Amino acid sequence: MEAYARARPELVWSFGSELRGIYAVWLREFKVFQREKSRVISSLMTPLMWIFIFGGGLGASVTIPGTGGGAVDYQTYIYPGILTMAVMFSSIFYGLYVVWDKKVDVLKEVLVSPVSRLSIFAGKVLGGCTDASLQAAILLVIGVVAFKIDLGGLALAAVLILLASISLVALGLTIGSFFESFEGFQVIISFLAFPLFFLSGALFPLSESLPDWLHAIAKVNPLTYVVDGLRGSLLGSAFNVSGLLADFGAVVGFAAGMLVVGSWAFGRMKV
Amino acid sequence: MAIIETAGLTKAFDKLVAVNDLTLSIEEGEIFGLLGPNGAGKTTTISMLCTLLTPTRGTATVNGYDILQEPAAVRRSVGIVFQDPTLDTVLTGRENMELHARLYNVPRGLAKQRIDELLAVVDLSDRGDDITKKYSGGMRRRLELARGLIHHPKILFLDEPTLGLDPQTRQHIWRYIREMARQEGTTIILTTHYMEEADELCNRVGIIDHGRIMALDTPKGLKGQLGGDVVRLRLREPRTDGFRDLSFVREVELQGNVLRLTVVDAERNLATLLARARDVESVEVRTPTLDDVFLHYTGHEIRAEEGAGGWMESVVQYRSRGR
Repeated sequence: MEAYARARPELVWSFGSELRGIYAVWLREFKVFQREKSRVISSLMTPLMWIFIFGGGLGASVTIPGTGGGAVDYQTYIYPGILTMAVMFSSIFYGLYVVWDKKVDVLKEVLVSPVSRLSIFAGKVLGGCTDASLQAAILLVIGVVAFKIDLGGLALAAVLILLASISLVALGLTIGSFFESFEGFQVIISFLAFPLFFLSGALFPLSESLPDWLHAIAKVNPLTYVVDGLRGSLLGSAFNVSGLLADFGAVVGFAAGMLVVGSWAFGRMKV
Repeated sequence: MAIIETAGLTKAFDKLVAVNDLTLSIEEGEIFGLLGPNGAGKTTTISMLCTLLTPTRGTATVNGYDILQEPAAVRRSVGIVFQDPTLDTVLTGRENMELHARLYNVPRGLAKQRIDELLAVVDLSDRGDDITKKYSGGMRRRLELARGLIHHPKILFLDEPTLGLDPQTRQHIWRYIREMARQEGTTIILTTHYMEEADELCNRVGIIDHGRIMALDTPKGLKGQLGGDVVRLRLREPRTDGFRDLSFVREVELQGNVLRLTVVDAERNLATLLARARDVESVEVRTPTLDDVFLHYTGHEIRAEEGAGGWMESVVQYRSRGR
């Protein structure tokens, strides 16, 4: 130790240091993810029940117009929607988890380090994104095995999932940065997560026969474009309403917007 | 050379002034103690010095960097062990250390060597690969101390380093703190509401109460300012005459049949006192403690304030979290 004391290095700070800070934050999140395998497995249960029980049951009872005239069954039709739902829930909840970090003070150690707030935010977003994407990957494998999926569209689907996840983690972090406790959680689930999901066309086609108000809300719901884009890429262009380019643009815009808002909110957060 | 200098540092939360016009200067290499009850403003002061809180008025320089102008440079210069545990209990001891090393951009090879050294200093070498959830309170504290030093900070802040630990563990922590200060030449600023802690560890102690520094000196100097030792003589025939004319006696006070004297260098002058007193039932000689000093400067005892102080502090902490 004495040798080190003599060679006391001044801390050199550069862009590289910030990248290493992002990596440090991400790695911590990844290790937590690795160590909570049971949580990951159980979080897959809900989407699987939606696809196979809800989808299988309802699909056997009714015919939904817009499912390509019966080209695919209802289960296959809602699969991209449920994939979106899984990504949404794990991303938003991951972001909201920052409330817990604040409560148990582990965040203080990171915030008092020389790493900039923006880098800490970036590390957090990447961490949540990894978490959600790995879950989506497992669901994609199940989907490829269970349904007739266009393998050529997998790459575009992966990009859409990543972008959606980035946006939604940033959304969760934004909300989490304002909260002091978990008390408001139920409110967020009821007034944000479920409406985003139900109004995204995940479970039914957003056709002209829908009530006007529902149609209007769905049009401004960013998740609508995620679901539509995933349907187009995984099931084929016949199932795409807005056009893949429009979907992609909307999702990129959502991600960019949420990153700006999220980094602002995270930057002003006090612990 | 002053490594920390504050000028009129003030922090107010709505109407509550937590730190009030604090001006002090801390020398490089010293162990400096901020002694005061809960809610005195110790944690708020430290939070401002390591840039987690923005002062309402005034400023400070830390290692030559202004806390308002160059917060990032300040954060590179300091290490901090918070009052509440901030270990990641999902990670092992070593992983917590590695996370810290990456956040402070300590080169990999150096970090590994440094982590091994510091784990040895705090006697955790064989427990480094255990998840910290399994650690005892004392072990967690030791790991946090070691972690705060990985990047070799010029200044290490310790906020109530032994709060809630048993006396034996406290003794150990004190030993580690002294060891670290000696080996690394780190300037250490600690807050405490334990008198023994300030007395035992610190080169200088600032007595802080209601956000103000009431007195600042070495523990010995602070005690010296009280004027001497306290000698209590229980007499068979209570009287005060024959003592006031002694040059080394500062104060004489008769409480019932107990004569209370404030005496310079009681050990040397006790024989003279006893000769004058003649018929003595019992004698008690006490050197003043920091408790006496605290009472002298603030007009109240440090323990008595704890209940109310705790409440005040929770208000402050709630407020500071709220924005």
